[in-house]
Amino acid sequence: MKDLYLIYKNLTRKKTRLFLTCFAIFIAFLIFGSITALKGALNSGVEMSADNRLITVNKINFTQPLPYSYVNKVKSIEGIKDVSHANWFGGFYQEPANQIVTMAVDPETYFTVYDDLVVPEEQLSQWKSNRRGVLVGERIAKTFNWQIGDTIPMSSNIFSNKDGTQTWQLQIDGIFRGENEKADTGYMVFHYKYFMETQTWGGDNIGWLIVTTTDASLNQQVSDAIDESFANSAAETETSTEAAFNKAFIEQIGNIGLIIFGVVFMAFFTILVVVGNTMVLAIRERTNEIAVLKTLGFSSPRIFKMILIESCMLSFIGGLLGLGAAFVIVQGASQELSRFLPNLVLDQSIVLQALGYMLLLGLVTGIVPAVRALRLNIISGFQGA
Amino acid sequence: MSEEALFDLQGVAKKFVKGKEQITIFEDLNMQIAQGDFLAIMGPSGSGKTTLLNLLGGVDQPTSGEVSFEQKRIDKLSEGKLAEWRANNIGFIFQFYNLMPMLNAYRNVELPLLLTKLSGSERKKRVENALKLVGLADRAKHMPNEMSGGQQQRVAIARAVVSDPKLLLCDEPTGDLDRKTADEILETLQLLNTEFGKTIVMVTHDPSAAKYAKRTLHLDKGEFVTDPSANVA
Repeated sequence: MKDLYLIYKNLTRKKTRLFLTCFAIFIAFLIFGSITALKGALNSGVEMSADNRLITVNKINFTQPLPYSYVNKVKSIEGIKDVSHANWFGGFYQEPANQIVTMAVDPETYFTVYDDLVVPEEQLSQWKSNRRGVLVGERIAKTFNWQIGDTIPMSSNIFSNKDGTQTWQLQIDGIFRGENEKADTGYMVFHYKYFMETQTWGGDNIGWLIVTTTDASLNQQVSDAIDESFANSAAETETSTEAAFNKAFIEQIGNIGLIIFGVVFMAFFTILVVVGNTMVLAIRERTNEIAVLKTLGFSSPRIFKMILIESCMLSFIGGLLGLGAAFVIVQGASQELSRFLPNLVLDQSIVLQALGYMLLLGLVTGIVPAVRALRLNIISGFQGA
Repeated sequence: MSEEALFDLQGVAKKFVKGKEQITIFEDLNMQIAQGDFLAIMGPSGSGKTTLLNLLGGVDQPTSGEVSFEQKRIDKLSEGKLAEWRANNIGFIFQFYNLMPMLNAYRNVELPLLLTKLSGSERKKRVENALKLVGLADRAKHMPNEMSGGQQQRVAIARAVVSDPKLLLCDEPTGDLDRKTADEILETLQLLNTEFGKTIVMVTHDPSAAKYAKRTLHLDKGEFVTDPSANVA
């Protein structure tokens, strides 16, 4: 028998209490694991943003178009490296349930500004020369089991084709992936010119500009210069970094960070009170036994340590089970929601954070009874103090 | 100080404050306990019997005076050193057994050995011998709540002797037992004294229990009514 066995026996002496306390901790870490994974998925666009990439949209809101002429005007602004543009297509494949982010882009410049996306050179060349060509993201290609050379009917719920349908027959010329595995490859891009020539309305407009600066330190200066160029025009612009743009896009549904912090904080605070109270009561019930241990020769620091280990064990049992359950839920959800939340994963950083919180919870809930045991006078202990 | 004394108390005073009142348990207590003694301490409630046992066991410190064990002062030891000293030298037997309810008899007896550096096999041997000594080898796997009071007290005795201490301190060891069981327990203590040379100090209210001791001291209002050095073995 070792101290650990003694701790284990103390921990498991009241099975119902152990179960209920562990269950409370289980719930806290289930919430933490799944919500933090969700936050990570929502924020992955922000995290993956390049430092020197800016997005220019119509100042009214980003659904309003900008004139195509802005592309060349922006190119002349000092500090700009490359300029590209994109239009929202609003695509779905075969049926509306299969929504796929589809954009009409400039083939010559799109992969220059998005240089963190990787397309084999021959596929890129083939796409540039094929007006009906489309490049699809790796994840979307896997989802629909598409191969290079396949012709896919892509429909739009916004635009109509001049042929009287709402469908464009596009040919897959290549598959792109991210340099970083977390990069979003759940979308496809096809030719802007082909789109403009075949659609029935919308004119010679672009949706937004994508601009890279020669140095990230020039971002603010370049943003201001772009917006000043189009001030007081019919289509004023608003330029922000890609990270800020993505963040603002996500926060249309609310301040995700604050919501998540609130939920996690409330869960943890409640659990802290519940577990802390349980630990205090559990150790108070054992006052006589602690006095016996001290009488037998167990030192006060050793008993202090045993109680802290016990509270940490409690925290880790409930916490790991909760985190395990969160992992299963996130895995299941990530398969169901892969097209909308491609980076929904309970990754290593969440696990490490959770382990840190488990340790903290164990220490915080154990410290009061441990100090009480440390200070317990043997005689008072036998008198039931 | 007597050279052969295992314990030597010189001019021991014990006072404490309760509310606004200062209570004196001992004013100037002197006594020796020889190696191999079996001493019964009797006296009315509040006479200081348990306080004396606590001083001998190093779970309480005198207000003044000296408490020496094998010619070494223990009244000045730090809490940590005292804990170590208790683990090495003293076995405790309580009135209400004080077994750990979540551990079986074997694990309860093994408890003091966690404080030693003995190997697992050595610990096993010692626990088995201790349980055999108190006649409970077949109850090793039983939990305290599955045993009678007498059996629990025998487990407590096995726990007290398993680390081979020089001194056993017993606080009313038969106070919660019927006569027959009490006699069995006292016979076991006597055996430990005569056959295994354990020095035993036993606090008791029971004159029948005191008869098993080699000598009896009577305490009243913090003073020995009988001469504490009389019949020192």
